[in-house]
Amino acid sequence: MSMVWQMVELIGYISLGLGSLGVVIGALGLLRLGDIYQRMHGSGIVDTGGAGLILFGLLLLSPDWTVSVRLILIGFILVMTSPTATHAIARAARVSGVEGELKRKPRAKRKSKSKSKGAK
Amino acid sequence: MSVLAVSLLALGVAFVLAITRAAFGPTPFDRVLAVNTIGTLAVLAIAVYGFFDGRPEFLDIALLYALINFIGTIAILKYFRFGTLGDHPHGSKEDKPS
Repeated sequence: MSMVWQMVELIGYISLGLGSLGVVIGALGLLRLGDIYQRMHGSGIVDTGGAGLILFGLLLLSPDWTVSVRLILIGFILVMTSPTATHAIARAARVSGVEGELKRKPRAKRKSKSKSKGAK
Repeated sequence: MSVLAVSLLALGVAFVLAITRAAFGPTPFDRVLAVNTIGTLAVLAIAVYGFFDGRPEFLDIALLYALINFIGTIAILKYFRFGTLGDHPHGSKEDKPS
């Protein structure tokens, strides 16, 4: 029985380490990528990979069931709110005319491309 | 125990990177995105510190921080979009919905 709990603890620590790695990578992406739409990718890594793995690791290390309930609640709130916030940021940037690095192609070019695709 | 310390250190490094982006962000939306990420990092840091210190009651604070972070982000974006947080459109004193 104690073997099993040691295994659970080990998995929790590994998950914490991987989550820390994800958080650092996501923040690095937030700093280094080119425009806001690409930076959202780094922010998404922090919000899903990093937060998910760290909260999962803490869940495996939690000493009490009330702590587990709080961790699950935090994870639920993060899962619900962070895509909403990111979506709102993207929409606000798009509406106020922030251009990405990959600009939209001129209209004629896009039309001809879609036509050729339709012909295929 | 030391894994928790390493995790806190990694969260601190991520804090520094995100704050750098918030300081140098060319558009306001970059700053809002960085501040949102900093809020998520703060939630995680509070939770990990609670386990590191042996006081998991810190999770209540992390829960509140997650909720307030979301509301703050939406409020800032609404301010950028409409120029106001209330029901008065920018520059007019009447209660007309725009």
